[in-house]
Amino acid sequence: MTTKKTTKKSTASSRRRNSGPTLYDASNDELVELYTQMLTIRRFEEKAGQMYGMGLIGGFCHLYIGQEAVVVGIQTALKDGDSVITGYREHGHMIAAGADPKGVMAELTGRSGGCSRGKGGSMHMFDPERGFYGGHGIVGAQVSLGTGLGFAAKYRKSDNVSVAYFGDGAANQGQVYESFNMARIWNLPVIYIIENNQYAMGTSVSRSSSQIELHRRGESFKIPGKQVDGMNVLEVRAAMDEAVAHCRKGEGPFILEMKTYRYRGHSMSDPAKYRSKEEVQKMRAEHDAIDQVKQRILDADIMDEAALKDLDKEIKAKIADAATFATDSPEPELSELYTDVLA
Amino acid sequence: MAIKITMPALSPTMEKGTLAKWLVKEGDSIESGDVIAEIETDKATMEVESVDEGIIAKIIVAEGTDDVPVGELIAIVAEEGEDPKDIDVDSAPEPEKADDKGAEDDRKAKIPESPKEDPDEQDAGFAGAVVSSENLQDPEIPEGTKMVKLTVREALRDAMAEEMRKDGDVFVMGEEVAEYQGAYKVTQGLLDEFGADRVIDTPITEHGFAGLGAGAAFAGLKPVIEFMTFNFAMQAIDHIINSAAKTRYMSGGLVSCPIVFRGPNGAASRVGAQHSQNYASWYANVPGLKVIAPYDAADCKGLLKAAIQDPNPVVFLENELMYGESFEVPELEDYVLPIGKARIFREGADVTIVSYSITVGEALKAADKLAEEGISAEVIDLRTIRPLDIDTVIESVKKTNRCVIAEEGWPQCSVASDVSAQLMEKAFDWLDAPVTRVNSADVPLPYANNLEKAAVVGADDIVKAAKAVCYAD
Repeated sequence: MTTKKTTKKSTASSRRRNSGPTLYDASNDELVELYTQMLTIRRFEEKAGQMYGMGLIGGFCHLYIGQEAVVVGIQTALKDGDSVITGYREHGHMIAAGADPKGVMAELTGRSGGCSRGKGGSMHMFDPERGFYGGHGIVGAQVSLGTGLGFAAKYRKSDNVSVAYFGDGAANQGQVYESFNMARIWNLPVIYIIENNQYAMGTSVSRSSSQIELHRRGESFKIPGKQVDGMNVLEVRAAMDEAVAHCRKGEGPFILEMKTYRYRGHSMSDPAKYRSKEEVQKMRAEHDAIDQVKQRILDADIMDEAALKDLDKEIKAKIADAATFATDSPEPELSELYTDVLA
Repeated sequence: MAIKITMPALSPTMEKGTLAKWLVKEGDSIESGDVIAEIETDKATMEVESVDEGIIAKIIVAEGTDDVPVGELIAIVAEEGEDPKDIDVDSAPEPEKADDKGAEDDRKAKIPESPKEDPDEQDAGFAGAVVSSENLQDPEIPEGTKMVKLTVREALRDAMAEEMRKDGDVFVMGEEVAEYQGAYKVTQGLLDEFGADRVIDTPITEHGFAGLGAGAAFAGLKPVIEFMTFNFAMQAIDHIINSAAKTRYMSGGLVSCPIVFRGPNGAASRVGAQHSQNYASWYANVPGLKVIAPYDAADCKGLLKAAIQDPNPVVFLENELMYGESFEVPELEDYVLPIGKARIFREGADVTIVSYSITVGEALKAADKLAEEGISAEVIDLRTIRPLDIDTVIESVKKTNRCVIAEEGWPQCSVASDVSAQLMEKAFDWLDAPVTRVNSADVPLPYANNLEKAAVVGADDIVKAAKAVCYAD
């Protein structure tokens, strides 16, 4: 990969432009890194979709295509010891946390080289060494669990934070509000990230929610919330920096509503008849998170088209390796059936 | 007409209490609503209000008297127009009893008494065996260990306190566990010793705090999550099963969940169907969980300590009716029992009675009654439901060739059903009679005293089943 003018700046400050949303002031290196991570997740998910179509991946497979800016913007604001937990659409979260795409892809194919040795599948992946605690298939469960991760950080008197991602669908589960209440009573360092991709499976937010401004869902618990353009990774990162600072200071939980969009169906088997092709096309054409950063890189003359193409090739090659690994890795030994039930 | 004031019941399970203090003296006028006395139970101190008006004619039970049975006459009040001096204590009318439960409640588990007769002098009885009614000492307790008498409640508290002293990662969380000292006073004193960071009152939020606990356990803490009763854990069962029990497996062993979910389980007394369910078989169905349901105080202590030390999620099922019962507990610095090991409570030759939790008391009573009829029953307390120590049961059945499983809980898909099925599969050739289950009636638990008694498992039900498999009737 070739980059130009990488010395521009490297401090993680934010600035406001024309009284619009606060954007993270990324250095050239950081911008390229954000772009690389987002593109890696997209290429990974495109490959996963393809492999699903080939029958190499079973069960449910929920792709993250379209939402990449959220997880990349959030994850880059974290430090060692922070913890992250999410629902079942978590391939991107694993990769953003630093997990090897080979292990993630081999888990999708149910092979022994998978990150859960083939016993978890698409919805159940974990990397506790990197602070990633899953990968949970029950909508909303990760919110209480993530509140517990924040409880542990506070119990240990660290300044670490817990990030609990959930969708606009999970935002209507009762335990979310039980968790909000406890997190605020005890001022737990939990950042609730609502990935509002506007459809809970096929039900739009306006059909499912009396208060569609989901960042305001913490108001009756006195939890501050903020709505963020989740298609703009720099806005995501700036908002996350603010939330992290709030939590590390011991001021309790924070809610960030990420307005985002998934391009694919809810899962591979969803034909997405509940929205028009035009709606999807408009988001892709006008708001795509990766295109936005790509344009910034070009505008600032950090990399040219040819260099970006090379970078994409490099990423595709890495994903192709992961796919090969996931196809070649053997299925788990039958003796694995009875391991890991109890310690 | 003089009015008799009797010792009131302050909770559904109270049988007796201490009359701590009189707030009135003889000759005082009282009106309805006046606080006249303070009563202490092992759970709480409560004020007694008068429902009548009049003059205190006679205080029968002096303040400071312990163990006053519910329903006992404690004072007499003269009504308007009566001269307190004229009242004859013996002729005052009997108070109306709203409820005849109390000291005579025969479902309450008791420590079975020693046999009145020397076992050697009894009829050699069924199958020619010598009938013994001696409870065996738990072989896990070293010979010569000093024993102290503790209630189940104290034993559970001591287990938590000992583990909390040793390990700063252990904390207790639940409704009313801290400032209130525990809804059933099981966590009494823990807040004082360990502080509010480690003994944490929650909102009424079972689903949320069970999940919060599981998440804290993922991060390496060792939560002890108290449910006020396991009936309320149905709100939280998703986290107990989907989050706590399955995560180790789903993560290929990367994520552990060292958590204890504990609280009273099963029927209490007169609290109706929604507060009276045994969940042992529900949780015992789930791989990834350990399920413990002890009977006496020593097992409560040794097994709760083991549960807290265990790296797996453990469901620890207590019984409210047992909290106030006293048993001998070994005075050892660190008394930890193995999880998954049944205990032969009493040896016998003719029939094996398998049970767990409160019903072990009924099984022991049944064994006493059977002994009187010359039938020698071996009583096994499963103690742990998952993993189930079926080997101990099989070894016993190889000796007795007959088995009755007694369980306070519904029959279908019960623990009894499972023990029965396993005996059929693994000990078929040793059986001389069908394995027989003695379960609670297959109905939501009724409120009425007589119906409730008829619904739960009592010693007589077990005796009947045991005699049937011995073809003794």
